[in-house]
Amino acid sequence: MYAQMVDTGANKVRGLEEMSAQERAFQERIDAGIKIEPKDWMPEAYRKTLIRQISQHAHSEIVGMLPEGNWISRAPSLKRKAILLAKVQDEAGHGLYLYSAAETLGVSRDQLVDELHAGRAKYSSIFNYPTLTWADIGTIGWLVDGAAIMNQIPLCRCSFGPYSRAMIRVCKEESFHQRQGYDLLISLCRDGTAEQKAMAQDALNRWWWPALMMFGPSDAESVHSAQSQAWRIKIFSNDELRQRFVDQTVPQAEYLGLTIPDPDLKWNAERGHYDFGAIDWDEFYNVLKGNGPCNRERLRARRQAWEDGAWVRDAAIAHAEKRAARTAQAA
Amino acid sequence: MKKEWPLWEVFIRSQHGLAHKHVGSTHAPDAEMAIKNARDVYTRRNEGVSIWVVKSADVVASSPGDKEALFEPAQDKIYRHPTFFPVPEEVKHM
Repeated sequence: MYAQMVDTGANKVRGLEEMSAQERAFQERIDAGIKIEPKDWMPEAYRKTLIRQISQHAHSEIVGMLPEGNWISRAPSLKRKAILLAKVQDEAGHGLYLYSAAETLGVSRDQLVDELHAGRAKYSSIFNYPTLTWADIGTIGWLVDGAAIMNQIPLCRCSFGPYSRAMIRVCKEESFHQRQGYDLLISLCRDGTAEQKAMAQDALNRWWWPALMMFGPSDAESVHSAQSQAWRIKIFSNDELRQRFVDQTVPQAEYLGLTIPDPDLKWNAERGHYDFGAIDWDEFYNVLKGNGPCNRERLRARRQAWEDGAWVRDAAIAHAEKRAARTAQAA
Repeated sequence: MKKEWPLWEVFIRSQHGLAHKHVGSTHAPDAEMAIKNARDVYTRRNEGVSIWVVKSADVVASSPGDKEALFEPAQDKIYRHPTFFPVPEEVKHM
């Protein structure tokens, strides 16, 4: 997902009887559905895991602006350009909501950005794929934002107040992202030429599997996932969310007249779900290691934007300090 | 030089007649820029007609440890709510 394979530092999930009184009281509050707020006592591992998860999520929003930003100046009409601009601006906003949520846990935004630029913090694997055609923009909205919504709606109910509030805000806006993407694909597939539909099919062929990988490898056996679920900062398992995503998306592809690139995809009446083929996890781990098609380009673009903006940040603060000093002197 | 822009808390009044409500925070070098950034980050969809910003460092908050001392005294004073008092059937409206 936008945060993939988050390390909780846990070796096993401990029972209430193995916890200190303070930890037990904390866990019981979470079990009772009471939100944890920044000034409340929390175990150090909970705090650290949340910083890791929320910042990964924030970095994904910011890096995610790059593949789409690539098409702002090449959108085929003024209407589509205005929509894409608004969407990319939303992603910046989502990144900022999330950095603020992380900051309530006692880190600064600059620290988090440094971690990203140093290659120590992760962001979602999906943004390391290139946007080769205009149909990719529709497909990203439809699949990538669709998958993000699957994950983010349950997170609105997560245990940490600031994260949950940021998610509520994000979810309100995210639905526009998915719909504009699907609307773009309707134009290409149902109202467009054979060439336009072929372009959409090509985009789906390239994005389908990376979109399924967004949910991360099966975590049925993962201690980190179990710990995150106990803390209610993860609500459903990766496989559950992926299955829901496939079930929801197949009919949408059918409406567009597109074929999902999976020969094993088939409705299973007994399970009441679609069965689907095996995911190439070697590709996923390779992208995570930094060897996807665009990893280096994405980080380079982020670092350069940060460095090129340094003089603006410095000048703004110098100006503010000078004015404050003058006001103090006049008083 | 490396100095982070300070953090500001943002309050938005959604429509005329309602109170400002805390919506989140933003970084900015000064108050003027804080209002501009708050506008871009928190009002892209007509969420507000007025913005307040205040330096996060200037916010004074109650501590979770004081919760009982501060709020428990209100819990046993149920007579402060109108529903505590039965209204006779015969009296139609009150």
